[in-house]
Amino acid sequence: MTTAEIKKRGAYQKYASFFRLRFVMGLQYRAAALAGVVTQFMWGFMEIKVFLAFEQSNPAAFPMTFGQLAAYEWLQQAFLAFFMAWMMEPEIFDCITDGNVSYELCRPVDLYNMWFARSMALRLSRGLLRCFPILIVAALLPEPYRLMPPCNPAAAVWFVITMLLGLAVTVALCMIIYMLTFFTVSSLGLRLVFSCAVEFLQGAVIPLPFFPPTLQRIMERLPFASMQNVPLLIYSGSISGAAIWRAAGLQIFWLAALILIGKTIGRYAMKKTTVQGG
Amino acid sequence: MEKTKKISGTKLYRRYLSIHVRSVMQYKASFWMTTVGQFLTSLNMLLGVYFMFRRFGSVKGYTFSEVLLCSSIMLMEYSLGECIARGFDTFPAMVRKGGFDRVMTRPRSAVLQVLGSNIELTRVGRMAMAVVMFVYGISHSGVHWNVGRVVTVIFMLIGGTALFCGIFLIYAALCFYTLDGLEFMNILTDGAREYGKYPVNLYGKRMLQFCTFAVPYALVQYYPLTYLTGRSDNLFTMFLPLLATVFLIPCYLLWRVGLRHYQSSGS
Repeated sequence: MTTAEIKKRGAYQKYASFFRLRFVMGLQYRAAALAGVVTQFMWGFMEIKVFLAFEQSNPAAFPMTFGQLAAYEWLQQAFLAFFMAWMMEPEIFDCITDGNVSYELCRPVDLYNMWFARSMALRLSRGLLRCFPILIVAALLPEPYRLMPPCNPAAAVWFVITMLLGLAVTVALCMIIYMLTFFTVSSLGLRLVFSCAVEFLQGAVIPLPFFPPTLQRIMERLPFASMQNVPLLIYSGSISGAAIWRAAGLQIFWLAALILIGKTIGRYAMKKTTVQGG
Repeated sequence: MEKTKKISGTKLYRRYLSIHVRSVMQYKASFWMTTVGQFLTSLNMLLGVYFMFRRFGSVKGYTFSEVLLCSSIMLMEYSLGECIARGFDTFPAMVRKGGFDRVMTRPRSAVLQVLGSNIELTRVGRMAMAVVMFVYGISHSGVHWNVGRVVTVIFMLIGGTALFCGIFLIYAALCFYTLDGLEFMNILTDGAREYGKYPVNLYGKRMLQFCTFAVPYALVQYYPLTYLTGRSDNLFTMFLPLLATVFLIPCYLLWRVGLRHYQSSGS
């Protein structure tokens, strides 16, 4: 093996081990996960009840079948940890504000890649730990609450692919916030505004098909729609055919753009940052 | 030797309040940020309701402004309850850190001290949003206001605030056994705030029964609302919110039982 090859393999292994470390750590919190599952299950159930009441009042105005809506709500609850922007890592904010980030900078790894890997791992482990109980129970519920199976095998495959892309977009978006934290004393305000806006625009308050058509078209093009909106709508068949390719393409575009923005801000921050002694 | 005079409970509470006001004012920026954040979270809720009504027109016979009236009163009740009883909400941390041992050594009521330990003033953000929604709801819902209806709203606020305080009290009481906060209790607090935006009967008959007899949300929300919006003439519904304050009694008893069971966490 040439030295270049060893170096390359080393770089890959570094981030893989950060990933593994966080992944295993996330799996430790089983009791917390169980409590979370119960809460999220109730949340999903109540949410579906609200939509049921609206559907009964005016069935013609419902933009999808009720089964599709139920699937959207259950998947949103099951994979909450993948897409909720407010679930950022307090440790990263703390280390930026208290200066401990200097230790991280001493390591021979790229800060952006390291944090990206650990955020992905943490969200992935949390999500995987919590999703199965919710999915299984939801699939066994009577109509109209039942979680339907994916509308066809191709949709199932696309669901997994676009969900991983959506997860990466979520992390890339959070990375921008981490990087912006280098320029502020307190990131609290930034985080609050960011998480509220993202929650609304990604379709976590109400799914995007429930918005008026013009607004919906605008929101679909924003990066926030590339998070949970795409995989959840593909699962139930609301997005199908050529639209899947378009949506997935947009996800890849936004992922690349957000990473580029995040890295650029990060590089600028590194140049500007001076670590105070003490 | 001079005997130290014991000040009254209300005076002590006022003193706690003034301490919290002064301490909050030391960190003005942080206070306003959190307040704005509270405002924005409730804005999301409002926008969600707005776009649902834009599409569907009405739900179970309720108009947008009637639902706003309902959700804004619920939001006010919750904000007031959380502002007052935040000490119970953060009680798990107090028990774990051993701060409650100090409370036990003082010759004053534990409830008063825990209440005084944390008065959450940032909740004015959520309160502000609720007031905006309430004003809009009043001006558009076509409610025919009279003395009875104004009194009903006041009763709703009193009953609802007491109800939420009671739920936070249960949360703290359970903590004597578990030494930790119980996440599922969120369903009764955050869940009620979130889903209490719609009248309880929207969720079906069984949910209405649960919210009447188990945790009496319906007493401070659905029943008086039928009187407010003219769906019922029954004067009895006007006083139902006050009945909800009775909920505090079992909550307090649970707290007392828990208190006897208390063992220090040792830290």
